[in-house]
Amino acid sequence: MRGPDAVPAAPPAAPLLFDASTLDALIEALHVKGFRVIAPTRRDNALVYGEIESAADLPAGWTDIQEAGIYRLMPREDGALFGYAVGPHAWKRFLHEPVLRLVSARAGPSGMTLDEADGVAQPTAFLGVRACELAAIARQDQVFLDGPYVDHQYAIRRAAVLLIAVNCTAPSGTCFCASMGTGPRAGRGADLTLTELLGGGRHVFLAEPGTARGAALLDAVPHRDATPDEVAEAGAALAAAEGRMGRTLRTAGLHDALLAQSESPRWDEVAARCLTCGNCTMACPTCFCATVDDTVSLRGDHAERWRKWDTCFSVDFSYLYGGSVRLSARSRYRQWLTHKLATWHDQFGVSGCVGCGRCITWCPVGIDMTVEAGAFLEASGARGSAPPAADGGSR
Amino acid sequence: MNSLEQHLSEHPFFMGLRPDHLALLSGCATTTRVEGGEFLFREGQPARSFYVVRHGSVAIASITPHEGLVVIQTVGDGDVLGWSWLLPPYHWHFGAYAVEPTTLISLDAVCVRGKCEHDPVFGFEIMRRFAQVMASRLEATHLQLMNVYEHRR
Amino acid sequence: MSTVAEPPPVGMPAGRPPRASASAGEVMRPALHRIRRLRRETHDTFTVELQPEGGGPCAPWLPGQFNMLYVFGVGEIPISISGDPQSPVLVHTTRAVGRVTNEMSALRAGDVVGVRGPFGTPWPLEAARGHDVAVVAGGIGLAPLRSALYGLLANRGDYGNVVLLYGTRSPQDILYRHELERWRARFDLEVHVTVDRGLPSWHGNVGVVTTLIHKAPFTPRQAVAMICGPEVMIRYSGLELQRRGVEAERIYVSMERNMKCAVGFCGHCQFGPYFVCRDGPVFRYDQVADLASRWEV
Repeated sequence: MRGPDAVPAAPPAAPLLFDASTLDALIEALHVKGFRVIAPTRRDNALVYGEIESAADLPAGWTDIQEAGIYRLMPREDGALFGYAVGPHAWKRFLHEPVLRLVSARAGPSGMTLDEADGVAQPTAFLGVRACELAAIARQDQVFLDGPYVDHQYAIRRAAVLLIAVNCTAPSGTCFCASMGTGPRAGRGADLTLTELLGGGRHVFLAEPGTARGAALLDAVPHRDATPDEVAEAGAALAAAEGRMGRTLRTAGLHDALLAQSESPRWDEVAARCLTCGNCTMACPTCFCATVDDTVSLRGDHAERWRKWDTCFSVDFSYLYGGSVRLSARSRYRQWLTHKLATWHDQFGVSGCVGCGRCITWCPVGIDMTVEAGAFLEASGARGSAPPAADGGSR
Repeated sequence: MNSLEQHLSEHPFFMGLRPDHLALLSGCATTTRVEGGEFLFREGQPARSFYVVRHGSVAIASITPHEGLVVIQTVGDGDVLGWSWLLPPYHWHFGAYAVEPTTLISLDAVCVRGKCEHDPVFGFEIMRRFAQVMASRLEATHLQLMNVYEHRR
Repeated sequence: MSTVAEPPPVGMPAGRPPRASASAGEVMRPALHRIRRLRRETHDTFTVELQPEGGGPCAPWLPGQFNMLYVFGVGEIPISISGDPQSPVLVHTTRAVGRVTNEMSALRAGDVVGVRGPFGTPWPLEAARGHDVAVVAGGIGLAPLRSALYGLLANRGDYGNVVLLYGTRSPQDILYRHELERWRARFDLEVHVTVDRGLPSWHGNVGVVTTLIHKAPFTPRQAVAMICGPEVMIRYSGLELQRRGVEAERIYVSMERNMKCAVGFCGHCQFGPYFVCRDGPVFRYDQVADLASRWEV
C-alpha cells in the first residue's frame, strides 16, 4: 500500500509457518528495529488497541459477543491470541489522530509569526489488523493521500507504519465483511498476514509476507515452510468464518436506491430512534470528518489550531449564516448513511463501508444499518440475490 | 388600425391578441403621460383603470409607520400595472407614482370588464395574461419576503 | 496520484524529519499576509486588501476561487477573492456576521493575518469566450463576481454582450457603488441594479433581481450565465434564466457550505456527492439544480 519498501513482493512467496511462542521474538525484532508495537489489549471490559511489550499483553483466551448495542467479552476454551473480531477502536486513531495540533502561532511586536511545524512520526507496527481494517486504512489513504491535496500529518504517520494483518477465524454477530468484499481474508497491503491455527495440541501461525519488509521481519525469527495441509487448514478456517458472518448487506443497487429515496418516511422512522450521538462515526474506521478548534493563551500572545474528530451528526456540523443546513435528526442520519453507502462511491469509486459492524455494536439504541439499508433496497424493488460486492476493496 | 391600436398590439402584454380583440381593447384605451413624482393613484382610491407602461418607470409604494413611503416595486417599459380593477371591491391596495416622465396607455376598468363579460373569449385572453403576471409577481414577492440578504440569527 | 513522504529510516533518531511531499506541502499551514488597507463598504460589509509578508507576489489565483483567512487566536473563514487578477494585492470583501469576521473588521493596516489558498473551481471565463455573458449577483454575491467582471473586461473583445444584473436589499447596501457607476458609463457593458425595497430618494429599480432577467440585453440561446448570492436567490435566478431560454449547462453558480479545511479532508462542505471546497464553489447549474432544490441536503 504505502511506503516505498512496502512494495508487494512479486510473485507472492509461499506461506510460512511459525510457532505461537515465536510471536515474542517477532515483537522483539520489531522493537530492535525501532518500532513500537500496537495490538489489541484487554482494558475496561473491551479489546482496545494499545502499546504492547510482549505477546503476554495480548488478550489470550478471550472472545467477543457483539450484537446491536451490545458488546461483551467472554473467555474462550482455548488460548487463542486473536480469537475475536474488532473492538471499539479503529486504527485510524493512530493515523488520523483524534486530537492533533496543526499550527502554533505567536503575536509579537511586529505581528503574527508561526512556530515550526510538527513533523515527526514514530515508527509503529500495527499487530492484528483485520481484513476489514486493512480495507478501511485503504479508504482513508484514498481520502488523505490520493486527492489533489495530501494530508501531511497523515502521510508521515502512514509511512511510518508496518502492518501485520491477522485473518479472522472468529467473526462476531455484527460482522459483514463478506458482503462488502473486504474479508474475512485480508487483502493486499499488509506487510505480513497471519492466520492463527489452534488445535491438535499445537498453536501456530501461518504467515504470508506481503512485502519485502514483511519477509525480512520473518527472516529474523525461527520459521519454516508451511505444509499444504496447514495451508488448507487455514483456508478452511477462513471459509468457515465467511459462512458465519453475523450480518449481510446486499449492495447491488444500493447506491441508486438510497439516492432515489431521499424523501422516504423511513428516514423519519430511524430519526425517531437515533440520538444523533455520533458513536457510529467515532467507532467507524472509515469516517474521517474533523473540525478545527482555535485556542489562545490567557495573555493573548500564543494561539494554536487543533484538528479534532467531528461528526456529521452534530447540528453545528453544517452551520452556515446563523443556521444549519441539516437541522433535523432525519437529515443528519440520512447524510451519514447516504454518504457511507452511496455518495462515497461517487467520490472515491468504492463503498465507504467495510462491514466491520462497529456502528451496529456501538449504537446505544441498536440501530442496524444493514437493516436500514436493506429496507431502502426492498422499497426500491431491487430484486435477486446479490453476491458479495466486488467493489469492496483491496482483494 | 389606428395608432393606439398599433401601440397596444406592440405592447408585450397584449402580444398575440386577435385584431378584433385589439379593437375591443382600444375602445377602452387612452394614452397618458405623467411627470416624474406625479401619482397615478393612491392607496384606497377606487381602481377605475389599469395601465401598461410604454416608456418610463413607475414606483409601487406604501406608507409604513416607521419609514414613511416605501417603494416595494418598480415597473418599467413593457410592464403592466394594477390588477385591483379585476376583482371586487375594486380599490387600490397600494399607491403608484412615476419615477421619471412616463408614457402609459390607460385602460378603463368598467369598459374592459364589460367587454370581458360580453365576449368570453376576449375575457379569457385578458384573464390569462393577468394570471401570468400575478404568478410572476407572487413568485417575486415570495423571494422578497424571504429576505434573503438578511443575516438570520 | 499518490505523493507520499518517504518513511523515516527505521530506527533512526527522531531528529531527522521526512522529506516534504512533492505536492501541496503543508496545506493546513497559513502564509502570513499583512493588511494593506481595510475599508468599510456598507454598515455590515468590509473589504480587506492583503500582501504577502516579506514582499513578493501573492499566490496566482483565478476569479471564483477563495482563500481561508486566519485571524490570530479566533479562527479561519473562507472568503472569495474579489479583486483584479492582474493586481499584486489580494482583495476580499465579506460581511461581518460571525466571530471571525467581526474580529477581522476591527483589524487595521499593518496587522498580520494568515492566508491559505487559493482553493476551489473558477468561473468559466475560458468557456464563455465567444458568448454573451450574463452576470447575476445578489447581495454579497457581487464580491466573487467582481473578479469575474475584471477578467471579462480585461479581454472584452472575446465576449459578446456582457451584462451585470445586481440586486441587493436596499440602496444603502449597494456594494462598490463608485465602481458600478464607472462601469455603467461604459458603452460595452450593461449594468442593471435593483433593490428589494427603496425609499423615494432611490430612482432606480425596486424588486427582486430575478425581475431584471427577462429584459436584460443578451441572447439566451448562446449566453453563459454566472450567478452568485444567497442560495434561494441562486435557485430562482437559475429558474428565471432557464425560462428565458438559457440552458442549464451554460449557467454557473457559486455554492457555499461550512468549511474547516478547504482541501477535502474535513468533510464539512459536502453537498450531495460534492466537496464544495474542491468540486466547487463554482458548479454548473445542471449538476446541482436537483440537489439545491431539496431540503437539508
